[in-house]
Amino acid sequence: MTEWILRFLIGGIVVSLFAVIGDVLRPKSFAGLFSAAPSVALATVGLAIHKEGRPYAAHEAACMMIGAVSFCVYAAAASCLLRRARTSAHVAALSLLPVWLAVALGVWALAGRP
Amino acid sequence: MIGVNLSGLRSTRPHEYAIRFVFGGSATVLAGFLAYKFGAGIGGLFLAFPAIFPASATLVSAHERERKHRVGLHGTERGRSAAAIDATGAALGSMGLLAFAFVVWRMLPGHNPWLVIGSATIVWIVVAFAFWKLRQLRHIAIRAWRRR
Repeated sequence: MTEWILRFLIGGIVVSLFAVIGDVLRPKSFAGLFSAAPSVALATVGLAIHKEGRPYAAHEAACMMIGAVSFCVYAAAASCLLRRARTSAHVAALSLLPVWLAVALGVWALAGRP
Repeated sequence: MIGVNLSGLRSTRPHEYAIRFVFGGSATVLAGFLAYKFGAGIGGLFLAFPAIFPASATLVSAHERERKHRVGLHGTERGRSAAAIDATGAALGSMGLLAFAFVVWRMLPGHNPWLVIGSATIVWIVVAFAFWKLRQLRHIAIRAWRRR
């Protein structure tokens, strides 16, 4: 139980930290880079190394590359939707999360489920 | 021109900080739980889960809208446009995320973990910045070409 609470706290702190950095930076397109910061990875990799060892964490990182490609598709789709459709930001960001999941799982399956 | 504007901190309300904390903490727990349940492959995918973007795009849009309302303008379109710019930045930043994962994957088995994580973080910001700069230069070139 302590491990999950620790994960939650570390994840919350790291994500909030990057979000605050994004809040104060200008221009907005540059600040947007911090929306794709490796926040969850930074919060998790150290714990994975400590608990499961380096080969396990390296395997996670290999699959994270697929997640990053999926993130690119997700963010580009959100940008297109916000520019072309009259959708609010939270609707666009949340409604496209299944796209992120579908692309990530699809590419992972095509890569032979590493 | 890249700059820092601390007024961005004042415009974020306490509950907005709390939402981002909870969203980030939950995404980290979810990634750990999925790795525990289904293995490192599925868990690894969720290390690149968009944990910050939904909240940040919503906040960027809301703050821009409020700013326009204060001067008596209807800021809905401007808010949406600001969120779209944020999303474009996130798409460019995801290339940095890809580079971060590549460095951790290739270097972690044979090097000091903290050195690897530190190097990967530097690579992330350098690659993300390079993609952002390339896009800026492309815009400048297109504008100059149109003026001719």
